[in-house]
Amino acid sequence: MSKKGSDAPGILRPAPEGFLDEGTIGEISGQGIDARRRTLLKSSFLGALATTLAPSVLADGDPDILELPPWSKQLGNAVAHEPYGLPSSYEKNIIRRQSPGLTQTPQSSVSFSPLQGMFGIITASGLHFERHHQGWVDIDPARHRLMINGLVSSPKIYTLSDLMRMPPVSRIHFIECGANTGMEWGNSAVPTVQYTHGMLSCSEFTGVPLSALLADAGIDEKNARYVLAEGADGSSMTRTIDIERALDDVIVAYGMNGEMLRPENGYPLRLLVPGVQGVSSVKWLRRIEVGDQPWNTKDESVHYVDMMPDGQHRQFTSIQEVKSVITTPSGGQQLLKHGYYNISGLAWSGRGKIEGVDVSYDGGVNWYPARLETPVLSKALTRFNIPWVWSGSETLLQSRAVDSSGHVQPLLRQLRDVRGSRSVYHNNAVQTWQVRDNGEVANVQVG
Amino acid sequence: MSRWAERGAATVAITLCLTGAIVEAGNPFAGKHGELGRAATANEIAAWDIDVRPDFAGLPPGSGTALEGEDIWLEQCASCHGDFGDANNFFSPLVLGNVTDEDIASGHVASLQDPTRVRTTVMKVSTVSTLWDYIHRAMPWNNPKSLSDDEVYAVLAYLLSLAYIVDEDFVLDQDSIAQVQARMPNRNGMTSEHGMWKVNGKPDTDNIRCMSDCADTPAISSFIPDFAANAHGNLAQQNRAFGPFPGIHTAGDEAPAVETPVESGPGESLAADRGCLACHRLDQKLIGPGFVEVATRYQARADAAAYLAGKIQHGGSGVWGGAMPPQAQVSQSEAEAIATWLLSLPQSKKTE
Repeated sequence: MSKKGSDAPGILRPAPEGFLDEGTIGEISGQGIDARRRTLLKSSFLGALATTLAPSVLADGDPDILELPPWSKQLGNAVAHEPYGLPSSYEKNIIRRQSPGLTQTPQSSVSFSPLQGMFGIITASGLHFERHHQGWVDIDPARHRLMINGLVSSPKIYTLSDLMRMPPVSRIHFIECGANTGMEWGNSAVPTVQYTHGMLSCSEFTGVPLSALLADAGIDEKNARYVLAEGADGSSMTRTIDIERALDDVIVAYGMNGEMLRPENGYPLRLLVPGVQGVSSVKWLRRIEVGDQPWNTKDESVHYVDMMPDGQHRQFTSIQEVKSVITTPSGGQQLLKHGYYNISGLAWSGRGKIEGVDVSYDGGVNWYPARLETPVLSKALTRFNIPWVWSGSETLLQSRAVDSSGHVQPLLRQLRDVRGSRSVYHNNAVQTWQVRDNGEVANVQVG
Repeated sequence: MSRWAERGAATVAITLCLTGAIVEAGNPFAGKHGELGRAATANEIAAWDIDVRPDFAGLPPGSGTALEGEDIWLEQCASCHGDFGDANNFFSPLVLGNVTDEDIASGHVASLQDPTRVRTTVMKVSTVSTLWDYIHRAMPWNNPKSLSDDEVYAVLAYLLSLAYIVDEDFVLDQDSIAQVQARMPNRNGMTSEHGMWKVNGKPDTDNIRCMSDCADTPAISSFIPDFAANAHGNLAQQNRAFGPFPGIHTAGDEAPAVETPVESGPGESLAADRGCLACHRLDQKLIGPGFVEVATRYQARADAAAYLAGKIQHGGSGVWGGAMPPQAQVSQSEAEAIATWLLSLPQSKKTE
């Protein structure tokens, strides 16, 4: 049955025997959850455990088993009911969100990925974080062109068809905004991992190595030092990339997770600069220029510059250094029982692979190695897990990653010792989640 | 030659060509992709190669003064940046008077070290080419790439005059811009001496992989106070309700556990998508009047929707005490949809 049926108020529809539509099921479970929460808040924690956590299991068994639910007794939906599939209607809480008050226009803003609700290392394309500087556009691929010019012997124009005829590579890489965790430099500022770390996503990108295009255009190897990447949108975002990196693992990408890029992520063409802050992975890519000097564009000399304590700004801070965060349990979540849990999180480094992740439950006094899940890929998210029995007492959970270059993720104190606390960018400090004795998890910083 | 003969000759040529290619390569799977794409023409490169470097490579000819730029500024820039570049409603201020003659002499902006001072664009930017390039490629906000080269020179001259880098009658052009660079207040304020540019660069920190007794029992130095618990909305609605880690219920009891998106017509989403919210809010005056206020004024008018759609597309002035620039990014049908939604507002407010 179409979901639209339940949206029309005041229309009585005869329902098939034993059938509840999705809207009604949602209402029932929604109100049930709400009542449970209210009880939890108004009772002592242990009292709440008794009254809410074993809901209505009767002496002879669980009614959800004894009384068959409607979905076990109905004809399901037809194929291609949703020609482009959608998440379950019960998954509406796990969405991209803006951080209230962070920006003053929705076109130059950020939406954060819901890391607290995600699994594995691949970000569902609809949950990929967004950072736009002048809004996003939906480009007609037939009218899109890529130009290669500057210090090349044969300046070239490519259509999407040309690029898609070339031999592609598909690689899994993270994209992290340079400002991820930027609100936390001075103090704990935002409540959940979505807002502290959610300018982070990881996808399989498909496209052509930039090195192949530069070779075909006849790059002037003697004089080329940098390339400029430029977008086709209103902002025509530009960033300078050094030539060694441009000839290394940079991809001119059109595919993301098996489909074309989403418009918010640069459809139909974007640059993907692995390991480097997201702003360099220019979306809606229209042009690559080869040159012998950096360009000092707006987003490399007014923004994306790191304020140091002596008043100097660091320019071209590109690499996203080794970093990790526990995604469950994390800030804003609520443990309902004592006992066994799985701690899960993400680790990544712009310098290579993750070698290991250690987890602490006592705020960094003692550490225990977590299990890394495969695949462990260079400049990609790596998932880690470690079992944990919560005794019910206050706990300070932390994770600390080390990468293949040997660099160990710093403590916030160590970062501040060098960079002060007024930078916005490149905060890769160890994150602390406080599990309170009432089961609430909170974002805190330790001295 | 007859058409058949022509076609025959062409076929022979193609066959020879193909055969030749295969024989030459010896292997149909060993081709080179260099043939893909085509040569860019000089006109095409000129149309897109708009970047301007710090050494002014790429800077086109033209000129403008602050006095000329002031009119353009008031019409096209002030609604976001303020008449004097000091507004912070939508973007960080461009100019705030935090730059001194000493800064201009030294090339270091001293107030950057003062945490109480707002960091403006002029305090941070080290190269004047950056400003020319960015204004030219991306401004005005809702109508980028619409300024002529002379207008960019003039607008930039006005901005520089607000920061006392040039006088109001200074003629900014391809030659004089070098004099401006020599006065940029933070021209010596950037460094690339750090380990975060090259993949083998040296990190700032040297944490070690200590496993036991690594620190004293830590004290909590920062946390989010209770009064701010709901600042990011009800966290119960931002986590799954099932599973081991539901969200904390941070809102009042009345809030539903499952968020129901508010029904919004195409006009409302268009108003957001097309940048109307940069200057307008629903029920309060920002740069422009609130939408409800506009609707209240025009609702009785028979041609209200058409009138407002016209104002949205073509701009206007004098009605609300300021000027609204034309919105070239909004099509006729979109403007009508926005106007229709807007006019429905007071009614929908009453029934809420």
